[in-house]
Amino acid sequence: MKSTRLKTSAMIASIAADGQPTVSAPFGHALVRVAAQRPQIVGLTADLAKYTDLHVFAAAFPDRFYQMGMAEQLLFGAAAGLAREGFVPFVTTYAVFAARRAYDFIYMAIAESKLNVKIVCALPGLTTGYGPSHQATEDVAIFRGVPNLAIIDPCDALEIEQATAAIADHNGPVYMRLLRGQVPLLLNEYGYTFELGRAKMLRDGDDVLFVSSGLMTMRVLEAASTLKTDHIDAAVLHVSTIKPLDETTLLMQIAKPGRLVVVVENHTVIGGLGEAVLALAMRNGSNGRMRQIGLPDAFLEAGALPTLHDKYGISTTRIVAQVKSWI
Amino acid sequence: MDLNIRQPLSLDDLKDMARINRLDVARMFMAAGNGHFGSCYSCTEIITVLYFALMRIDRANPDWMDRDRFVMAKGHAAPTLYSALIRRGFIPEKWMDEYETAVGARLMTHPSRRYQSGVDTSQGSLGHGLSIGVGMALAAKLDKRDYNVYVLMGDGETNEGSVWEAAAAASKFRLQNLVGIIDLNRLSVDGELENVMPMEPMVDKWRAFGWDVVRVDGHSLPALLKVLAPQRNVGASAPRMIVADTIKGKGVSFMENVRSWHADLISSKQYSDLVSELGGVGV
Repeated sequence: MKSTRLKTSAMIASIAADGQPTVSAPFGHALVRVAAQRPQIVGLTADLAKYTDLHVFAAAFPDRFYQMGMAEQLLFGAAAGLAREGFVPFVTTYAVFAARRAYDFIYMAIAESKLNVKIVCALPGLTTGYGPSHQATEDVAIFRGVPNLAIIDPCDALEIEQATAAIADHNGPVYMRLLRGQVPLLLNEYGYTFELGRAKMLRDGDDVLFVSSGLMTMRVLEAASTLKTDHIDAAVLHVSTIKPLDETTLLMQIAKPGRLVVVVENHTVIGGLGEAVLALAMRNGSNGRMRQIGLPDAFLEAGALPTLHDKYGISTTRIVAQVKSWI
Repeated sequence: MDLNIRQPLSLDDLKDMARINRLDVARMFMAAGNGHFGSCYSCTEIITVLYFALMRIDRANPDWMDRDRFVMAKGHAAPTLYSALIRRGFIPEKWMDEYETAVGARLMTHPSRRYQSGVDTSQGSLGHGLSIGVGMALAAKLDKRDYNVYVLMGDGETNEGSVWEAAAAASKFRLQNLVGIIDLNRLSVDGELENVMPMEPMVDKWRAFGWDVVRVDGHSLPALLKVLAPQRNVGASAPRMIVADTIKGKGVSFMENVRSWHADLISSKQYSDLVSELGGVGV
């Protein structure tokens, strides 16, 4: 039998399963809707409007769009200047370039003065097969160290749309991990509403508690369905605001007896959601059973995304297999 | 002295303000025991001219939307700015004596918007200021306001690549309301800039990036008054760069052009020599 050759693809399309509903450029269209009501919103990018869906905003509001070229320090410095004068810049690039190349500008020029800059970055974690230069496997670890900065990791198109409006309303700097292009739509089936700073239970269960963010929530929902057929009852707590963490909900859910807590993140095991949850448990003396599924502390390989997700343990099948081995 | 002037002072008055500024800076550094004397004293005249003769500011309304903006990109010379803000009545004089040392001190080595009224941006990491200034100048255009944005950089700071990212952008966006100033004192921490990382020909570099450039004596009050004057509603489109030739440690004979005074400890004897050279009464 001849297998289909998988494409490397920097695009997010390969994250949607066959036949799964998707929405095109949810961030770009949501931003246009919000910006129509709020003249203070401006858009800036570093030659990546097309791959961060900001081109939708640029087309709708050409006078409020600034193309800064491949210059990420300028990008965030200029955003700080605009925010200082009362504008609300939505700034896009790839997560690697914001986190690695412009960190000092985000830390000092934006966060120190609590400026209203919204940093929206494509290719978070392992969402491209392009290799370490483009795989932002440590972006959350880097940004968690920045005081004042909220960190959002939305799961699907619905949440991206809602979060775009919510972060525009939020007074302060925000880093949002972006899924772009054809983005899966699934949270509408759960009656979901995004609230900044709130973790939400998407399904209940007695044997396992998945704690996840971003596209991993899509994976653990699939994993929970599969586990159900093996009579393993898994709950899913979606923590799309990684900072500030919804400590109350997390502590309450972790404390429920008899459940194995499994934190699943599209991020290195260092410094992301897993360590944030563990640290919360430590500070509060919680002593439940906890496991972590995340990317290894390594420079990851290039290749096709589904293959890489399998290899590094964050595909649905690998999540299911790991949970079964721990139960 | 406490001034909230609107009218330009005379040249003699400005000269005296520069002298008072140098004394204030020394008073702060004496409180802390050390400081960036060299970098502060090379930009004394530049800041004096801006704050006492040229910039549209109002201490009663520090966030006035139409005020001219000042970005202290070379943040380690903040005490020169603090003195100007104190003498213009934005912040209290008594803050000087708790400079950097008291718990909760509101004046520190680098300026911070979190503590100081009249400071437009927090600084300290070199190479940020011009990009921030680009954003503020873009905002002025979007808001249709005629304020000028001044960004004071060190010459060593222009080693930072981000400065040149901003240089290209200011030209692209035709930011005639943006005024860069380079305090070209030729010395940085590790030595003469010419050896650390040469940036000459400075004027040609900025011209090549599309800026309108003039080179002046950075301690000449008449020259600075002329080239730093704000321009409003003019037909020009190019951003302006003032390359100011200065002397590190200017005004204090034993500090001038002495590398170690970039940042150094000061003894009581040196302090009293400095005060008498500047004709002050000490503290």
